[in-house]
Amino acid sequence: MISGGLDSMLATRVIQEQGIHVEGINFFTGFCVEGHTHAIRRQDQKKQKRNNALWVAEQLGIKLHIIDVIEEYKDIVINPKHGYGSNLNPCLDCKGFMVKKAHEWAVENGFDFIITGEVVGQRPMSQRRDTMPVIARESGANDLLVRPLSAKILPPTLPEREGWIDREALFDFNGRGRRPQIALAERYGLHDYAQPAGGCCFLTDAQYSAKLADLWQARGNREYEFDDIMLLKVGRHLRPDPGFKVIIGREEGENHYLEGYRKRFTHLFSPSHPGPFALIDGIAGPEEEETAARLVARFGKGRDADRVAVEIHSVDGRDRTIEVVPLSDAEIPQDWYL
Amino acid sequence: MSHQTLDVRGQLCPIPVIRCQSRIGGMSEGETLEVLCTDPGTLHDIPAWCRIHGHKVLETTEENREIRIVIEVGA
Ligand code: SF4
Repeated sequence: MISGGLDSMLATRVIQEQGIHVEGINFFTGFCVEGHTHAIRRQDQKKQKRNNALWVAEQLGIKLHIIDVIEEYKDIVINPKHGYGSNLNPCLDCKGFMVKKAHEWAVENGFDFIITGEVVGQRPMSQRRDTMPVIARESGANDLLVRPLSAKILPPTLPEREGWIDREALFDFNGRGRRPQIALAERYGLHDYAQPAGGCCFLTDAQYSAKLADLWQARGNREYEFDDIMLLKVGRHLRPDPGFKVIIGREEGENHYLEGYRKRFTHLFSPSHPGPFALIDGIAGPEEEETAARLVARFGKGRDADRVAVEIHSVDGRDRTIEVVPLSDAEIPQDWYL
Repeated sequence: MSHQTLDVRGQLCPIPVIRCQSRIGGMSEGETLEVLCTDPGTLHDIPAWCRIHGHKVLETTEENREIRIVIEVGA
């Protein structure tokens, strides 16, 4: 399993050193931290946008299969049996799910066992001495799940017992420290690798989790669609009322991305002053639409103007243009910002 | 030899790569796939994916935010 980080890169390399053919698998849940926001934001477009998992696979000289698990993953986020970490990250259930999917894929494609870059004690929830066996068991992979970086301090797996791989050449990394990994990378001559802060997905991000929690609360259930979770990555989100929120583009790239949703959301923009493109998520009558229009005016170039024209295009086909006074900062309560 | 088109405009990476992967999975060596996309990340990711799977990028063009990548399926 290739995440794009250093640990799974090293784990793969360790097994390749034993002359074993390895292919990579990577799961796309919709929450993964990839180049999305960079791809959307125009000012970020010059930044490196490479997909780390693909890049790692290329460095290792292995094939990489990226699997779309967006639909199936919903149940993991909505009903995690083992609960959440410090934000809405269901790490333990997530790891179990991914290893299960990897195991199924391995069986279907004629592979003998699974390798992950997990290290005992590295992560507070999913990589603890007591939770790593839970992943092996609940995923159904059992002793076909090999963690080469910590193998020597874990019970021998089937590939080790059968001599398919040499346990002696595996490692005993333990704890949060990164020094052994960095030394091993050095030994293999790997110098350029991603060092993910926090976790591998947006669910470990406090602000993102707060926006997801808000979405669930506003809808009265804990469902979500792929577009919902993508939109949580874009723009300013302000909720003036429990019934609706306004998603306001922060720059040209985000405006352009939000425009892609114009057939599915009531949307607004100003024809009189340059400024954001915005979507209304929820139910909004004329009064709420006016509040949204005043917000659009506030975040545009007409923020100091007396009146700003705002076009409102409803999903049901009603189009109108109204003139509004931009909201002042003092008129926007802090708790509108999600 | 068949030539197919895949329209992933408006989709962000890695979705275009995933769609490309499943489409090519059903194609034969020597056939070509033309991918239309808008995420600039595809300029990097699709060729990278092709390199590791042994497919060849024949052509890449970019015009007004629209990207067109032509791939020849490898063995
Ligand atoms: S950080 Fe996200 S992707 Fe990584 S294990 Fe936790 S929930 Fe899963």
